[in-house]
Amino acid sequence: MKKKIGILRFLGTNCDRDIEQAVAQFGRDSEYLWYQDRFAFKDFEALVLPGGFSYGDYLRTGALSARAPAMQSVREAAGAGVPILGICNGFQILCESGLLPGVLMKNQSLAFVDEWVEMSIETNSLPWTSCYQEKEILKIPIAHGEGRYYADADTLRDLKDTGRIFCTYKNNPNGSAYDIAGITNKTNNVAGLMPHPERALFDWMGSQSGRRFFEWLA
Amino acid sequence: MKLGIKILPRPEVLDSQGRTVFNSLKESGFKLSECKIGKYIVIETSHSQFEEAKKEIQKMADYVLYNPLIETYEVEQI
Repeated sequence: MKKKIGILRFLGTNCDRDIEQAVAQFGRDSEYLWYQDRFAFKDFEALVLPGGFSYGDYLRTGALSARAPAMQSVREAAGAGVPILGICNGFQILCESGLLPGVLMKNQSLAFVDEWVEMSIETNSLPWTSCYQEKEILKIPIAHGEGRYYADADTLRDLKDTGRIFCTYKNNPNGSAYDIAGITNKTNNVAGLMPHPERALFDWMGSQSGRRFFEWLA
Repeated sequence: MKLGIKILPRPEVLDSQGRTVFNSLKESGFKLSECKIGKYIVIETSHSQFEEAKKEIQKMADYVLYNPLIETYEVEQI
C-alpha cells in the first residue's frame, strides 16, 4: 500500500481539503495532522502545509504556527529528506520556522492581491515540478496580503546561484525580490510558494496548470 | 513587573505601512522626515527585578516575538 500524504492543520488553515482533493486525483489518500500533535513522519510519502490564515496572521504571518508541536515532526521529516511543500500560508510558516530562508512581508502595494498570474517553472529538479518543462509558464491563482519575499542580499544571491528559486512571477504582483514566487531549501526537499497550484486542477476552475504539481504522486 | 517590547522594522527593509502613512501625512501638509510603524507588546512577568524580567523577555523575543531578519526590538520598563 502506498504511503499517505500528510496535510498539516493549524488553527485557521483553510486549503486543507483542496490539497486532499488534489492528491486524490492521483489516487493518493491523505491524513490530516493536527498542529498540537507530534506525528511519525515515516508514515508519510510527503507533507503539505496548506494555505490559510493560521492564528489569524497575528504577530507575523506563520510565526505562531511555526512554533506549534507538529512543526517539530515537520523539522524531523525535513532532515530525513521527506518532500515537504508549503503553499501560501504554508510557505510563510516554513520561512518562520527556519526551514526555508527569508520571510514573506506585506505586499508592496499594501493591497491583498487575489488574481490569476503567470508563473514560470525555473527548475524541474524537485518532485513537485518534476512533471513540468523548465521555463514552462503556468496560469495560476494567487491570494495573499503578505507575499513579498525578502531575504538579505547574500541569501538572495545564494538562492539564485544555487538554482533554488524554483518558480518566478512573469509580472511581479507583490514586490517580491527577484520576482520570487517559490524557493527550496539546500537539500531540495522543502519547497514553498505563494501561488495555489491546488486551485488550478481543471479547466472549470480557470486553469489546470497546477495539476502536475501533484502528478509525481501517481 | 510589567515590561514593554518595542519592535520596529529594520532601516534597510521596506516598511510599506510606514511609507504609506508618511506619504499621507506629507500630502496633508505635515512636515516630517521619517515615519516607521512597528508593534508594542506589554508583558507582565513574575520577576521583581528589571534585569531578570528583561532577560526573560529577551528569551521570548528570540523565540518568537521578533524576526531578526526584518525587525529590531528594545525592552523597557513601564
